[in-house]
Amino acid sequence: MSQWLASVIDPYYQQVLMLVGIYIIAALGLNLITGLCGQLTFGHAAFLSIGAYTAAILTRNFHMPFLASLILGGLMAALFGILLGIPVLKLTGDYLGIATLGFGEIVRVAFTNMKITGGAIGLAAIPRASNLVNVTIFVILAVAAAVLLENSRFGRALKAIREDEIAAGAMGINAMWYKIQAFGIGCFLAGISGGFYAHMLQYLNPNDFGFLKSFEILNFVVLGGLGSIPGTIVGTTVLTLAPEFLRFVQEYRMMIYGLLLVLMMIFRPNGLLGGVNFRRLLRRRKQKATALSS
Amino acid sequence: MLLQQIINGLTLGATYALIALGYTMVYGIIQLINFAHGDIYMIGAFIGVAAVALFHQNFFLTLTTAMLACVVLGVTIERVAYRPLRRAPRLNLLITTIGVSIFLETFMTVLKGPQPTGFPPVLKNVTLRVGTLEFSSIQMVILLVSVALMVGLQFIVKYTKIGKAMRAASEDYDTASLMGININRVISFTFAIGSALAAAGGVLVGIYFNSVSPYMGVTAGLKAFVAAVLGGIGNIPGAMLGGLLLGLAEVFGVAAGFSTYKDAIAFTLLIIILLVRPTGLLGRPIQRKV
Repeated sequence: MSQWLASVIDPYYQQVLMLVGIYIIAALGLNLITGLCGQLTFGHAAFLSIGAYTAAILTRNFHMPFLASLILGGLMAALFGILLGIPVLKLTGDYLGIATLGFGEIVRVAFTNMKITGGAIGLAAIPRASNLVNVTIFVILAVAAAVLLENSRFGRALKAIREDEIAAGAMGINAMWYKIQAFGIGCFLAGISGGFYAHMLQYLNPNDFGFLKSFEILNFVVLGGLGSIPGTIVGTTVLTLAPEFLRFVQEYRMMIYGLLLVLMMIFRPNGLLGGVNFRRLLRRRKQKATALSS
Repeated sequence: MLLQQIINGLTLGATYALIALGYTMVYGIIQLINFAHGDIYMIGAFIGVAAVALFHQNFFLTLTTAMLACVVLGVTIERVAYRPLRRAPRLNLLITTIGVSIFLETFMTVLKGPQPTGFPPVLKNVTLRVGTLEFSSIQMVILLVSVALMVGLQFIVKYTKIGKAMRAASEDYDTASLMGININRVISFTFAIGSALAAAGGVLVGIYFNSVSPYMGVTAGLKAFVAAVLGGIGNIPGAMLGGLLLGLAEVFGVAAGFSTYKDAIAFTLLIIILLVRPTGLLGRPIQRKV
């Protein structure tokens, strides 16, 4: 399968497409926490790294099958997410963001100092197990899960909490419990994404998961349109491809990337697809179809 | 030995406090975490290097040049990038500040390369001895200059008209503008002062560690931000206190043998403070409106 793929798609493009898919999984998790539930977090990269290191160590040192270590990586990230969430999610707004940012930096420093993670030198020789096929399957699963969650009782509760936590509480929604659940699921997706990331690059370094990576993922979600699943996908795709398209400007590309962020925020404050969800997209197509037929 | 560590901690803490003031003032007025602030500190340090290398200025001229240049930079950034988003969702503004931060970092990397540069000598480094205590003249200068700047800031905020306007704006942004305060001018002024203090911090740290690099703003900025939250974000004396406490905590942490975890000390402290006193040591409790 992968050999056939290699003959059809250039390995470089495969790598870029995989990266887009991997980031989509992580961004969907963040969209659940920040977009749907309204809880600001600046530490998503930490959960990515927890999943990445767990999965990588399991396949590399303990020769576990890729799928199993991937799931265990996700669960580990979810576990840490819940452990952090229980005390921290009582904070609101910026303070929650700041606390998660602090957690992210602590995780990074811890991974820099631990022996099993290879410390500051990083973890090398991770078997290459991610490919376009399994990444695509997981992206489809993640999108399906996100859509189902959004339109379920659970998703509606999260939206109620986002709009007004106190009012939601008065309506009998246990806000804290829902927030922790959302956080756990979001971190699970981040962990899965991290596992794929580790098995794609075959090398991990704690400094790749600094707070800038967290912001990168947040940018995906906000640029696409907070709370919108199609928006998250489009935002992630645009911002992941942007640095690749800008490769021809070499050293200036990150400068242009920064500029691009500022300009997009000024001219498109609600994101590319703010307020758009799959249901609305389908309805619009139906309307168009009926308009054409009549 | 203890006193020695305290002096080292205060020196480090004073520079954190200088940067923290910029975060806290901006947050106090427009509730924005300005992630580009650490990079203004970095640019300030580089302008300091340039001022010495190109014009062979003395210490005070170098400091003033860096501060003035960063005032221009800070006000320009606010005008060009932040002002158009005044009424946009706050998360967008936050991402804009990150965009600016990435821009400034890569701009400096393109200009000077990613390697750290040394700071040309502007101050004579004499070791002063009092009994068993040892501290350098540079440490004294850092402490004196920081204290002078902070006293100056307190004077501006407490006793001048623009300071009064700043306090009014941080109390209630909308009401202040209804009372005839030119809110745009107040915000520009806030960015100007914050940038000047950050630039001073950059030059002082550059001289202290004799090293300036395009990414020095990232960690220092984050830690200063922690200092601002520690003292209660939006609270000026809080930022000074937070900075000093953080400096002491780091120095004592290293002395206690946690040197490899030095960068985690600040953030552990941050999470503990947020859990115990979410609005910081000197912050007022948030009222939950129903």
